[in-house]
Amino acid sequence: MGFFLEVLIGGLLVGVLYSLVALGFVLIFKASGVFNFAQGAMVLLAALCLVRMIEWLPKWFGLDNPALVIVLAALISGVMMVGVAVIIERLVLRPLVNQEGIILFMATLGVAYFVEGAGQSIFGSNVYTLNLGIPKDPVFLFENLFEGGVLVNEFDIWSAIAAGILVVGLALFFQYTRTGRALRAVADDHQAAQSVGIPLNRIWVIVWTVAGIVALVAGAVWGSKLSVQFSIALLALKALPVLILGGFTSVPGAIIGGLIIGAGEKLSEVFIGPLVGGGIEIWFAYGLALVFLLFRPQGLFGEKIIERV
Amino acid sequence: MFYREAGQFKTDYRSDQQIFPITQDRVAVWAMAITAFTAVPYFATDYLIISILNPFLILAIAAIGLNILVGYCGQISLGTGAFMAIGAYAAYNFATHFPGLNLLVIFVLAGLTSALIGILFGIPSLRIKGFYLTVATLAAQFFFEWLFLRVKWFTNYSPSGSVVAPPLGIFGLPIATPHAKYFLVLGITVIVALIAANLTRGHIGRSWMAIRDMDIAAEIIGIRPMQAKLSAFAVSSFFVGIAGALWAFVFLGSWEPLAFDINRSFQLLFMIIIGGLGSILGSFVGAAFIMMLPIFLNQAPALFGIHLSTETVSHLEFMIFGVLIVFFLIAEPHGLARLWAIGKEKLRIWPFPH
Repeated sequence: MGFFLEVLIGGLLVGVLYSLVALGFVLIFKASGVFNFAQGAMVLLAALCLVRMIEWLPKWFGLDNPALVIVLAALISGVMMVGVAVIIERLVLRPLVNQEGIILFMATLGVAYFVEGAGQSIFGSNVYTLNLGIPKDPVFLFENLFEGGVLVNEFDIWSAIAAGILVVGLALFFQYTRTGRALRAVADDHQAAQSVGIPLNRIWVIVWTVAGIVALVAGAVWGSKLSVQFSIALLALKALPVLILGGFTSVPGAIIGGLIIGAGEKLSEVFIGPLVGGGIEIWFAYGLALVFLLFRPQGLFGEKIIERV
Repeated sequence: MFYREAGQFKTDYRSDQQIFPITQDRVAVWAMAITAFTAVPYFATDYLIISILNPFLILAIAAIGLNILVGYCGQISLGTGAFMAIGAYAAYNFATHFPGLNLLVIFVLAGLTSALIGILFGIPSLRIKGFYLTVATLAAQFFFEWLFLRVKWFTNYSPSGSVVAPPLGIFGLPIATPHAKYFLVLGITVIVALIAANLTRGHIGRSWMAIRDMDIAAEIIGIRPMQAKLSAFAVSSFFVGIAGALWAFVFLGSWEPLAFDINRSFQLLFMIIIGGLGSILGSFVGAAFIMMLPIFLNQAPALFGIHLSTETVSHLEFMIFGVLIVFFLIAEPHGLARLWAIGKEKLRIWPFPH
């Protein structure tokens, strides 16, 4: 029982991190209908910028306060993600307005290639360890409930809390600010939003910026968990089943999908994996998403698909 | 001036229903086919055949297969690499367990195996649509990558996990030189292209296109979506499987599952989108373009006398590749085949603009 819970909680905590990546996808898909494959590359870029800035800032300016360095590096990375959002909107999205979904998807694949190449040529392509000063000690939970308790990494809990804060912040932003209202209007109906005077282009920049900030948080968390390296870009492939399971258009869907996939993946790996040779994590996630889809073709929380001839 | 069909009257159904109804097109295609079979192998060096022509032709077969599914039937697939892998490993297993089987029979069997599994993974398409369908094909991609890596039976218990193709030969003739391989691949490519062209302009191709344009409307006018979608999956996987078998046997020689990873799927998707969705010609053009681009990018710095470290070159390659993809999508979202179609229209009325 204790072991099962341990695996389950470990899976759920990893799932939170998947949700972080999936969240960026959902934001962009909702607002612009673009299936943004470059999200993984953006996570890599943000993480690379963050880790190298933490390394370079003390060298360039002789700063020695680690907290200040981290804050400054995060700010610089944030500004860079805004720049990336503006450039993508100008050079890629605007000329491709009104194209079919698959064309836009392929364009974001092209963007992903470019961002990966550019990020690695600017910031280097080695493996960098990212230390944000968050403790990584193992802690025991529920020790009073049953013997031995449940072993959890403290870092995972902190990252789950960070993800939670981010999601709550996003929800508040969407619900209570003028821009958030405009974003929801665009997500509901592009044409209607435009006809009441909401500038689509600016909304897209904002959405890509928000997705970039989400990518920065995801990059910081994943980077300090696994160290910053090229494989972070492949997270996009991990986030895909999460996204599909939850539905492309639903923020809560991304969270719950992430939890289901994270838990399912870890449980299957630990309990079924040894029977068939191990390493089944990656396709199991897709299989799980497929099973859910057969019952709800639009994902758990996606908008109901209405088809008219 | 020279390219116009005025005066070419069709007096029977046969001439009306030819693949290339315009005489000039027919002449051009015959000329290209004859060149490909005679002049090209005569003048081409071994390097050209081994590292450019053979992979180009094989990937063109796979692109035709994928184009049938994505371009003609509108079902997005990100699992092409997996179906190539199925073809490759099926061919390997048929060749090891039934030695003496004719090579062409092996390829057809490999294609059929891949087609069967394609139908299996196509079943969700009856219920799941659009981008949600990618999950089914991605499930295939990751499942088969894992299967061929972990289940030793498929690799005949080879300790390193990589397998070696048997020596090739048809009807007692060995196929060992690059030129012999080129003829084998070229022959199969021509047959596949002919079958694909005839399928897509016939009854079954029309039903695929109706499903692509709007599946509910197609269902209402009497097209059975199950037959149409599953046959598209089957035919597509059949060609992709054959391409996979050729890729493994002729191009690679020895391989491991990594040769058919998800990047292969993306590469093929790029080919058909850059080349042109729903176009056989587009599959060839796209395959040539995506194949040549990295080779060119690799050679270009040396050509201009610039020396860069391999790391920089590989990053630059990524960046330029990405930029070019976006550029081509913006310049012509319907692919290079559309440019050719526009050019043809222009030629017909040349030199007068109206």
